[in-house]
Amino acid sequence: MRKRILVLLSVLILLISVSTAAVAQEKLVMATTTSTENSGLLDELVPPFEEKFDVRVDVVAVGTGAAIELGENGDADIIFVHAREAEDEFVEAGYGVNRRDVMYNDFVVLGPPSDPADIEGMESAADVFHTIADSGAEFVSRGDDSGTHKKELSLWDMADLNPDGSWYLESGQGMGASINMADEREAYILADRGTYLAYSGEIDLEILSSGDSALFNPYGIIPINPAYHTHVNYQMAMAFVGYVTSQQGQGIINSYSRQGEQLFFPSAIEADELEE
Amino acid sequence: MNYYMDAFGEAWNLIITMDQELLKVVSTSLRLSTSSTIIASLISIPAAVIISRTEFAAKKVFNVILNALLSLPTVVVGITVYSLISRRGVLGEYDMLFTLPGIIAGQVILIIPLLTALVRNTIFSIDEKMYKTAKSMGANKKQQFKLLLMEARYGIIGAVIAGFGRVLGEIGISMMLGGNIKGVTRTITTAMALETNKGRFAFALALGFILLILSFSINFIVYFLQEGEQYE
Repeated sequence: MRKRILVLLSVLILLISVSTAAVAQEKLVMATTTSTENSGLLDELVPPFEEKFDVRVDVVAVGTGAAIELGENGDADIIFVHAREAEDEFVEAGYGVNRRDVMYNDFVVLGPPSDPADIEGMESAADVFHTIADSGAEFVSRGDDSGTHKKELSLWDMADLNPDGSWYLESGQGMGASINMADEREAYILADRGTYLAYSGEIDLEILSSGDSALFNPYGIIPINPAYHTHVNYQMAMAFVGYVTSQQGQGIINSYSRQGEQLFFPSAIEADELEE
Repeated sequence: MNYYMDAFGEAWNLIITMDQELLKVVSTSLRLSTSSTIIASLISIPAAVIISRTEFAAKKVFNVILNALLSLPTVVVGITVYSLISRRGVLGEYDMLFTLPGIIAGQVILIIPLLTALVRNTIFSIDEKMYKTAKSMGANKKQQFKLLLMEARYGIIGAVIAGFGRVLGEIGISMMLGGNIKGVTRTITTAMALETNKGRFAFALALGFILLILSFSINFIVYFLQEGEQYE
């Protein structure tokens, strides 16, 4: 009896390891931000590419800062991020080549419906941040060197403030986790519209301020420079750049929506030139 | 309360519909834990035998270090292995970061001290007489080793299960070295963290139930294998 179970067990283990043993397949490692992954866009955007080129895309979702770091170290073949200044520095330093604009959306200031700091409807992002700081209402910061965090810091800078104190909570986590934290604490938070829409069904937070040009949020894609990191899969990285900036890729971005609202707007091809 | 009802419902649904994503995550977790445990056992069991059956100068120091390593934090193992296998690291050329072998390397390091210490303790507690009798009856080195393993088998199985449980439930290493890549390195625990972040608590809780069921059934199978002998 015992032997039989042992045999069964070994067969089971063998089956598990054989059945899922990956067939050797070309792969592309893409480091990207939590906002693109948490919003669900990549689940739509990546599979058609994988099929077309018979390649496996390994998506590592981290903050923009960490994604750029992975690119610098050569641990990724391509990065897909949103922090224009850091991206330009990355290319200038020779880590990446052939950066392309892919899409954009905007940042929004979220807060509880009761709006304790009374910021609803304010136009200027700097004023909004000033008011929140003055009111002493809690504010959740990503605190993880991500694109959103960099944007938030630049907004505090614009408001001439140095956020500090018990009202300023640094979560150190991804966009989704931080939104959940702000929701639980009834705090304010700066978020990208895409992730907010993806979560809006589950949380009470509302958009209280948006529309300032300082809140523009463009996404870029950068293959890692093959002259710097000779091992990277540059060919497939460029194929991916071609794909996401093509009619097909841009069309998928343009038609992706959650809760009936479009999350990202293609920027490689003008919207009116997109094929239906 | 709704949370839990939802989670139960969702877990049940996921299991009976054989959800593809769930299967993938569970099989990844099992493959990782099995491989890590087997590799670690192959290293730890002989090491434990050597430690407990031979005399060497630094034995005391060695044992102290071994005991201290029992509480090795997963993140420390994670970051250390990360720095080794990143492209910038010493082992960068083997392309192990964000792959299953990368996670396995970390997990093996995590449980080697645990397995070694547990097996060592078992061997220590074996009745010396039996061993000496066998020796006096002319058992050679190989037979002695066999006898030792036979006598210590329950303890060894227990140690292996403990190691298996530790890697099945750990998240630090899988997250840091695996990168939580969907369909490749996403395990039960990293998927739980992600789903919690996404606000899909029911799905995350469902995964938690499945993790619990897995560890219970593994322990049950092992208990059955031994037919509870060591407890009677």
